[in-house]
Amino acid sequence: MRTAILVVLISLPFIDRNPYHVEVLTTAGLYALLALGLNLIVGFAGLLHLGYAAFFAIGAYTYALLNLRAGCPFWLGLPVSMATAGVAGVLLGLPAVRVRGDYLAIVTLGFGEIVRIVVTNLEPWTGGPNGLLGIAHPSIGSFRFGVDSRPYYWLILLLVEGTAWACARLRRSRIGLAWVALREDELAARCLGVDTTRLKLIALGLGGGIAGVAGCFFAAKQGTVTPDSFDFILSVMILAMVILGGLGSVRGAILGAAVLTIVPELLQGFSSYRMLLFGALMVVLMQARPQGLLGLAQIRRELRGRRAAA
Amino acid sequence: MPLLRLERITKRFGGLVALSEVSFSVERGSIVSLIGPNGAGKTTLFNCVTGVIRPEAGSIRFEEEESLMGLTPHQVAELGIARTFQNIRLFANMSVLENVLAGTYVRTKSGLLEALWPWGFAAHQEERWAIDRSMRLLEQLQLAPFADHLATALSYGQQRRLELARALASDPELLLLDEPAAGLTYQERQELMAFLNRLKGQGLTVLLIEHDMRVVMPISDWVVVLDDGATIAQGSPKAVQEDPRVIEAYLGAKPDGVRPHGV
Repeated sequence: MRTAILVVLISLPFIDRNPYHVEVLTTAGLYALLALGLNLIVGFAGLLHLGYAAFFAIGAYTYALLNLRAGCPFWLGLPVSMATAGVAGVLLGLPAVRVRGDYLAIVTLGFGEIVRIVVTNLEPWTGGPNGLLGIAHPSIGSFRFGVDSRPYYWLILLLVEGTAWACARLRRSRIGLAWVALREDELAARCLGVDTTRLKLIALGLGGGIAGVAGCFFAAKQGTVTPDSFDFILSVMILAMVILGGLGSVRGAILGAAVLTIVPELLQGFSSYRMLLFGALMVVLMQARPQGLLGLAQIRRELRGRRAAA
Repeated sequence: MPLLRLERITKRFGGLVALSEVSFSVERGSIVSLIGPNGAGKTTLFNCVTGVIRPEAGSIRFEEEESLMGLTPHQVAELGIARTFQNIRLFANMSVLENVLAGTYVRTKSGLLEALWPWGFAAHQEERWAIDRSMRLLEQLQLAPFADHLATALSYGQQRRLELARALASDPELLLLDEPAAGLTYQERQELMAFLNRLKGQGLTVLLIEHDMRVVMPISDWVVVLDDGATIAQGSPKAVQEDPRVIEAYLGAKPDGVRPHGV
């Protein structure tokens, strides 16, 4: 099943020659990557984060600056962006993990805005509201990625597949179990020897790192970055994708990202009523499946899987 | 040398003195019961020992004079102290087996690298070991048939047993049980007592909070009575049972020849 889906997705650009479709799917892939990263933080570790776009921004600006100032190639920028955003996740997490629940949401919301405002005002470095232009596209040997969406599509597919694999591994691991325990009952988890501060920082660091990869990809594909690409609405949209797919579900995060990217495109025909319909659809979906699209399936699979796999 | 020694523990919440100079010891391999009316400070004392809250004064020493003061709950757990909670705190969206697996956390050590290493042999070995251990505990507590069920699907008595299994999964030296018999049927209570005696036979030390004298009296080696945050009596079950201060604390009046029910 999984392999079949992958084969279809890899060969899709050959079957469907419409560049617009490939472009939409590439965007869906980018969001899927972000949703996977946020799912680590919110779905696994249970930390409600409302400023996730900040790590996406840090990744994007890291590559943009390295490329423009030092000619850093994309493939080097990718791990560096990941590391920078990951470290930012840990550093911004240090004060944030002292608070819980609603308060954590407010603190992270604040961080998200601080990063956006700093980027907007640090004009000598970030170009301020005008952003940075002329960022190099990736290249492999003599092949240069250009305006054609297809190479980006295959690249993001690879990144999403790799990240999804890592997330599934993590969920099953000792650390994943401790994350879920701390999400379910922090006090009980602490009394079982789970160092909750450390585990929260690991989740924030990894989640931030994934957003950094997504940011680097975004900057390299667009060739430009501007602060308004990283506003609060983006953080909320990614969170909506995670919740719609089913909190804690790796496949759900991908599905949620695909649905929330593709549905608004399908509603293009309704022009100005588009977002109204989209909103109504979300309300209906969450009423029908409060656990998210794959939330229940996720729990069932986990229940079956543990002993069978060992 | 006692396994756990508390000296003059004092804890205040604002103006309220929850614990006032509480001192007692728990001998290795014994079952010690902490009794007292509601609000006497029993759970507060558990929270002090496990690092959940910090007492203002006093000392708590565990094994070889190791001080527990200022340690966080996970550090206390690492030293070999496990606990259950008065109002059962299971991981609701995890399976019965996963709940117990979480208990093995302090006895395993796979980190991020092991989790992400594609040929993760060490992590796999460790996972097997943890699952085997957890399944054995579930069998001992008659929960094995429910291993793949959600923790919330269990009956109340089963949930209490699951919490016990989870605490035991960490292979503790000292087990703190907060009202383990509350809400259990007669049959379940008898099984619990037999199980605790078996644990004691294996060398485990147990400190329990319990209201039910039919549980406390037969299994305890030592009984500590708390009232209003202070130790008003301690000794063998029989000595405590006959102590006039204990009877007064439970009845709220001076004894006049009437023995309270169950004491």
